[in-house]
Amino acid sequence: MTDGQMNGQAAIRQTETEIISEFALFDTWDDKYEYIIDLGKRLPPLDAAYKTDDNRVRGCQSTVWLTASSRDGKVFYQADSDAVIVKGLISMLIRVLSGHTPDEILGAQLDFIREIGMTAHLAQTRSNGLLAMVKQMKNYALAFRMKQEMNGDGNSSTAAAGH
Amino acid sequence: MSTINRISPAIDVTAIRRQFPVLERLVKGRPLVYFDNAATAQKPQAVIDALVHYYTHYNANIHRGIHTLAEEATAAFEATRDAVRQFINAAAREEIIFTRGATESINLVAYTWGRAHIKAGDEIIISAMEHHSNIVPWQILCAEKGAVLKVIPVTDAGELQPDAYMQLLSDRTKLVSIVHVSNALGTVNPVRQIIDAAHKAGAVVLVDGAQSAVHLEINVQAPDCDFFACSAHKLYGPTGVGILYGKKQLLEAMPVFQGGGEMIKEVSFAQTTYNELPYKYEAGTPNIADVIAFRAALDFIAATGKENMARHEQSLLAYATAQLEQVDGLKIIGRAREKVSLVSFVIDKIHPQDIGILLDNQGIAVRTGHHCTQPLMQRFGIPGTIRASFAVYNTHEEIDMLVQALRKAIRMLL
Repeated sequence: MTDGQMNGQAAIRQTETEIISEFALFDTWDDKYEYIIDLGKRLPPLDAAYKTDDNRVRGCQSTVWLTASSRDGKVFYQADSDAVIVKGLISMLIRVLSGHTPDEILGAQLDFIREIGMTAHLAQTRSNGLLAMVKQMKNYALAFRMKQEMNGDGNSSTAAAGH
Repeated sequence: MSTINRISPAIDVTAIRRQFPVLERLVKGRPLVYFDNAATAQKPQAVIDALVHYYTHYNANIHRGIHTLAEEATAAFEATRDAVRQFINAAAREEIIFTRGATESINLVAYTWGRAHIKAGDEIIISAMEHHSNIVPWQILCAEKGAVLKVIPVTDAGELQPDAYMQLLSDRTKLVSIVHVSNALGTVNPVRQIIDAAHKAGAVVLVDGAQSAVHLEINVQAPDCDFFACSAHKLYGPTGVGILYGKKQLLEAMPVFQGGGEMIKEVSFAQTTYNELPYKYEAGTPNIADVIAFRAALDFIAATGKENMARHEQSLLAYATAQLEQVDGLKIIGRAREKVSLVSFVIDKIHPQDIGILLDNQGIAVRTGHHCTQPLMQRFGIPGTIRASFAVYNTHEEIDMLVQALRKAIRMLL
């Protein structure tokens, strides 16, 4: 593991810690959801061109589209959903994972989801696809890593993560 | 207006609620409001006690044991069969087959009667409001046999189109498999007319009673059902128990479903002869404990009185419909003239899942999504609905809480 990777993982953990301390300010569940809804509303909408069947994340009651691109060896995510709370949750995942290398993303534990009390959204109820989303984000990271290994560079621009 | 709707004097809801221990719990710090009864009903203490009593006092495998425990367990197991016979007014106890659930009941018919009787070119009629459990087994059968699945369309109000059904019926129709009550819309279908017309055309009829059995009086002899399927867990009973009713002459003529213990008379490597009804279709050790405890649920329904329950539930339906209609942007999906006590709705510009999460956050359990009726959701051009379904222990006050929580959720989301 290089120093860069170490720093990158520390940066992921740092963002998680920021989110945890933001949530610590809320006294009630209503406040937490108000905040998540607000994040959802502020997430930039995904261009219609990306709202394809291929980009759909399976396993969600709502429709979630997720796409990723890679620049300078780092992965950048864009996502959208027709449900605003899901969008808020995605927004947090993007904030934590976007802009990191595939290895950093694959190594991320994402404990913040539990620590802010959103564990229920990880449950395998089929109604809620946070788990499916995390898995799909990591699938993208894995695909970019393989691509980088094959090309020997970090400048692949298109996403190729299988479902 | 609500004073009239609130009158349902025949039952004491407070006393009924005391029989359901789960209703005392808090969810997210608030008293649980359980409006997901169409998915599964809560269990009265008597059902829970019956389960504990069985495992504590007479757990044994049934039908062949010679010892006391086996005799007691067998007697209790078979007593439930008698209670089910009475509950649906079947002519004979041999016509009651225990399965894992309504889904397995339908599959049993598809794999036995269906395989024996459906040929290439035959037609099976279902409707556009079927649960996936009453679609997929027939799709599999049709694909295997080269038969054709025909679908009765649904009106904007969420009722079947009777003319379309009559047009679909022909001498090619071998089976009509129809839902009695829609789990997604609450619509009560006119099964008597459906059955009469099917019989005139020479077709056999299966009625999916998963949602109807708890709300309506069930008499499988009138209307004249050939098969009837339902689940214990929607009848205040345990999970993992289903009922298949079949007319004796149909069941006797059908090939077996699964092979194994219980369902045989004699086994040799040269030949196996099968047990008589109903055991012929009950291979392996059945779900003894849950079947036994199911009787306590049927006793609860009998003691409360189905007519009384229905009157209270209809009062809840009328009240909920009136209150929900006043919520801005809310649209009720399913406006059939005859409905059971469930309301499916959507809210303008809001995804059902968001509402479901925020209602849960206020202690209110509803169901959101497609309710395993994706073709029906496609028919209405929606991804899903929010469904509040009411049971005998629900109250008008709980509906007020739903409406209040809903208004708050909408405020947060818009």
